[in-house]
Amino acid sequence: MVRTVSAAETAPQTYAWPVKAEGLRVQAGRHLAVNGLDLALGTGVHGLLGPNGAGKTTMMRALATVVRPADGRLELLGQPVHTRADLRGVRRALGYLPQHFGFYPRFTVREFVEYMAWLKEMPAGDVPGAVQRAIERVGLADRADKKMKTLSGGMLRRVGIAQAIVNDPQILLLDEPTVGLDPEQRMTFRDLLRELGADTCVLVSTHLVEDVVAACTDVVLVDTGRLVWQGTPQELARWGAAGDAGDSPAERGYSALLRTHRAGTR
Amino acid sequence: MNTHANADLLARYVAGDPGLDDATLWSLETHLESCRACRARLGTTMDGGTVALLDRVHRELGQRIAAGPAPYRRRRWWSFGRRWTVAWSVLPWLAVTVGMLATALLFDRAYPQYPSMVLLVAPVAPLFSVAAAWSRRADPAWELLTATPRAGLWLLLRRTLAVLAVLIPLLMLAGWRAGQSPARWLLPCLVFTAATLALGGRIGVQRAAYVLTAAWAAGVMVPTVAEREPSALLQPGSQPGWALALAVVGAIALLRRADYRRLTSRN
Ligand SMILES: [Zn+2]
Repeated sequence: MVRTVSAAETAPQTYAWPVKAEGLRVQAGRHLAVNGLDLALGTGVHGLLGPNGAGKTTMMRALATVVRPADGRLELLGQPVHTRADLRGVRRALGYLPQHFGFYPRFTVREFVEYMAWLKEMPAGDVPGAVQRAIERVGLADRADKKMKTLSGGMLRRVGIAQAIVNDPQILLLDEPTVGLDPEQRMTFRDLLRELGADTCVLVSTHLVEDVVAACTDVVLVDTGRLVWQGTPQELARWGAAGDAGDSPAERGYSALLRTHRAGTR
Repeated sequence: MNTHANADLLARYVAGDPGLDDATLWSLETHLESCRACRARLGTTMDGGTVALLDRVHRELGQRIAAGPAPYRRRRWWSFGRRWTVAWSVLPWLAVTVGMLATALLFDRAYPQYPSMVLLVAPVAPLFSVAAAWSRRADPAWELLTATPRAGLWLLLRRTLAVLAVLIPLLMLAGWRAGQSPARWLLPCLVFTAATLALGGRIGVQRAAYVLTAAWAAGVMVPTVAEREPSALLQPGSQPGWALALAVVGAIALLRRADYRRLTSRN
């Protein structure tokens, strides 16, 4: 489908990294779930790995501009978002699937994605086409006019992905997008991720190391709210030794890196 | 190319002549896109095999389109109306408010010698409905909404105006039946609504509604009922004061608009 390219899209980029965090601290309730995170993400698919409670969801929320960092710097698309500044411009270029994806059960898939497109301030004329395209990309074209309460968990997750990509975001944040997807849907989703990663900065949080190896160009490993390690999936696999926990080289690499990090911080 | 394509060029194009350079090819195709006559000539230049192939593609595409789902018809008014249904959580509160107004009106009609209850209730009547329109608990997609550019004071303001559009006519009606002019209660009502928005960013809209209603009840309602004397605050003479308050509170709400940009546990 041909779409009009706006002047803003062809304007030269004035920042080095779509996502850049320095000494970022973010509170979740009373404790600091993100505690001194330094991170730079470019275009591509970044897999965010870490044990439960590592601060992945809080980090995603901060990057989605949903919560304000307590301290440190956070720049998205070259604009500071850790301040009390206006976030409209950045948010128009953002796609976000939260871990707990809430929806309106009486809305159809199309109505819901349309509503999200409206909230994202897309031009009214672009909405119907963009909504149809997003629904097709997640493979829900045959369910587009079904009420959301009739959908299975995996389908709802895909509606969540559709609403996140409807505005062709420059930064796409997906928190546990593969939960509830069956193996075949996971394969299709990995293809979609690779496609999106060609021109978008995608950050996918997951607990499945195999997802990261299959679909990501870059691995971001966090623990206790800090960056532990960043590199390619191949480099991750090289870290593992035979004695480390895990079923694949990448899983062993993951265990080894976490173990080394934890030994170092004690 | 504004002139029509010559027969020789068309023939070479149809045959896929590798001798045609990109510039010629490009300008020919641009012309064909806009010129019906040349497209028709293109058809007659083609050999039988190509025409048969195109016929088959045309037929099969037509069959597949006929078998597939019908194109989606956009219903603009429907999507507009649908947007408002996300704030359905307001309905119970609107109903409670209408009930309260009706009770106050019955009281006024039964005891005309006492200060008007409709007048006492009117300034804080919209607050709980406004709070319900901006509630994390009532909106399942709250976190999604917060990450969008439209989230913030303006979205809350739209919902507040919708609440007022329903309640103000009802207040007018109740006020008219109770013999109370809107000149006494309309400005106070707007001040309290604006104050809920101004305070809501700091402490949560719901809590702001509680605090302001409690303050009004303690400061004005209880003394009025106890002394059986209409409050001086609700006389036509105090309206300039309310107008000034509206300007101040409105300005504070605007200045504090950044408070509504993030997900807070207070709402
Ligand atoms: Zn022509």
